[in-house]
Amino acid sequence: MSATLTRDDLLRAYRTMRTIREFEERLHVEFATGEIPGFVHLYAGEEASATGVCLHLRPDDRIASTHRGHGHCIAKGMEVAPMMAEIYGKKTGICGGKGGSMHVADLDVGMMGANGIVGGGGPLICGAALAAKMKGTDGVGVCFFGDGASNQGMILEAMNLATVWRLPALFVAENNGYAEATSSKYSVACDNIADRAGGFGMPGVIVDGHDFFAVHEAAGEAIARARAGGGPTLLEVKLNRYYGHFEGDQQTYRATDEVKRIRETRDCLMLFTRRVSSAGLLDLAELEAIDRDVAAQIDAAVVAAKAAPKPTAADLLTDVYVEYA
Amino acid sequence: MSTVTTTYREAIREAIREALRRDPRVFLMGEDVGAYGGCFAVSKGLLDEFGPERIRDTPLSESAFVGAGIGAALGGMRPIVEIMTVNFSLLALDQILNNAATLLHMSGGQFNVPLVIRMTTGGGRQLAAQHSHSLEGWYAHIPGLRVLAPATLEDARGMLWSALEDPDPVLIFEHALLYNQAGTLPADAGAVDIRRARVRRPGRDVSLITYGGSLPKTLEAAGRLAAEGIDAEVIDLRSLRPLDDATILASVAATRRAVIVDEGWRSGSLAAEISARIMENAFYELDAPVARVCSAEVPMPYARHLEQAALPQADTVIRVARGLVRGDG
Ligand SMILES: Cc1ncc(C[n+]2csc(CCOP(=O)(O)OP(=O)(O)O)c2C)c(N)n1
Ligand SMILES: [Mg+2]
Repeated sequence: MSATLTRDDLLRAYRTMRTIREFEERLHVEFATGEIPGFVHLYAGEEASATGVCLHLRPDDRIASTHRGHGHCIAKGMEVAPMMAEIYGKKTGICGGKGGSMHVADLDVGMMGANGIVGGGGPLICGAALAAKMKGTDGVGVCFFGDGASNQGMILEAMNLATVWRLPALFVAENNGYAEATSSKYSVACDNIADRAGGFGMPGVIVDGHDFFAVHEAAGEAIARARAGGGPTLLEVKLNRYYGHFEGDQQTYRATDEVKRIRETRDCLMLFTRRVSSAGLLDLAELEAIDRDVAAQIDAAVVAAKAAPKPTAADLLTDVYVEYA
Repeated sequence: MSTVTTTYREAIREAIREALRRDPRVFLMGEDVGAYGGCFAVSKGLLDEFGPERIRDTPLSESAFVGAGIGAALGGMRPIVEIMTVNFSLLALDQILNNAATLLHMSGGQFNVPLVIRMTTGGGRQLAAQHSHSLEGWYAHIPGLRVLAPATLEDARGMLWSALEDPDPVLIFEHALLYNQAGTLPADAGAVDIRRARVRRPGRDVSLITYGGSLPKTLEAAGRLAAEGIDAEVIDLRSLRPLDDATILASVAATRRAVIVDEGWRSGSLAAEISARIMENAFYELDAPVARVCSAEVPMPYARHLEQAALPQADTVIRVARGLVRGDG
């Protein structure tokens, strides 16, 4: 276990992972009632990735996320109530009800946005890292992207650019085995996405995305190297999503017991709990108290989101320009 | 004559199936078109029937697989490339504009590109600003492309084969809200003329000119206008490039008034182009300025009522048409 993790870090990591899980499982339930519109892509099952990476980040570090972005948002420090209100399309949403699930963003915590264009975050994070480098801060940029996105030109171009300019960037390939229904075994030409790192002149590292500690350690090394001017890294996190590609997906392309097996044997929250309790670092009562607290917080966020006002007709034409004459 | 009950989605599937049967050079490729059956379920079942060589899943790489479609067309194949949504086609815009649309010209007539690209377009599903736009008007700006917008079952069934027979690149825009449209078609429905606009409803007082996903709304508006004594003619453009000027101008010459209903943004839109052509060719026939009902000039918002407010609606068409006919807005 990484020696750098304090008791507070462990508590924070657990709370983050639990918050993501609770947020997503509640959305799964609420979506089924028909009250939530649009495409909602749940991050449940993948919590250790966002959490393990973002625990190393400061508010001035930037992340670029994906269509499956709720976990990244929460791990980067966004509050759940304005996120929930956004997903309900309400005026109190973090984007005023204009973006929805696929566009949640909060620059105050360094979260540059979920993204409805698969692969869209790669170039953005190069720019974020470039800005940090030019301003002489030791800030970093982290791009989360999926196995499907790993086949987009802009992700590959971004990785090359990051090395050419020796940018303080981390590319986190969250390989959950599918892009919608397409298996990564079919669509990714090499065995591992991380195998491509050499071609871009950067280190490539593979970690088990069910293991928070493994992700945390690997991300820590890469981020420290980036901060110190050592350039970018490609980190491939192998994990699984628990729900369909989006809510409503029948998952005809997946074996029926595929998720059940993983949940029972490799769930990231289960592995974390087992590890910290058997090592005597945290006790179960503490974790259960967090569970209760988080459940209440998510419940309050849903209640508030449902009750919140909608954007008004006057909101339609705002936020297109800062100034336009 | 025997008929079949079908949907817009099934009509397109049937058109693809027919093309695959008729011409061994035809194949379909795109993201999740195979086992999954396409993200709008258009190609469901085709993999079983035609196998993975001809119903070809692609990696998530729009630029690469659209470009590959162009190369395959030059190589003697007749690809049908599916792009999930017009917003994603922008990743392949370079291939479409800088290769597909221009190769014939740049090569001095050596290479024509017999390629068909199908994609969905349009808003109304609360998918916000990266999945909901109507950019077919941009494509209609490009010389070298033919741009089609089937709005009826007959055209969903018939435009594909005509497009495949065309020697040049053809883009087919399928409005996402049309897929579930149900109705009947003749059992022997097949290729349709892709050069002409069609009068979907004859009328004497005003021409409502539209296409694609706006056709049902415009027909609804015409029906409601009839109830208040205004007899609106509805023109379905069908082909956005080239435009069928003759049909548009004949209608306007008869009704002396025109409203263009276009889900694209107003500035620099297809609606602007049509308006200019009417002005250039029928100015002295007009009894009122040409009017336009377009989408609000904002990226598409997520919240339902904002999105509905941003899109053209039957109510707006009625108000604008009434204003032209009665002069009372
Ligand atoms: C440019 C673009 N093409 C296609 C899509 C449709 N789409 C949304 S998510 C997705 C799959 C993404 O897979 P992956 O990158 O592995 O992320 P995951 O969903 O597994 O988290 C696709 C094809 C899109 N949003 N953007
Ligand atoms: Mg994936």
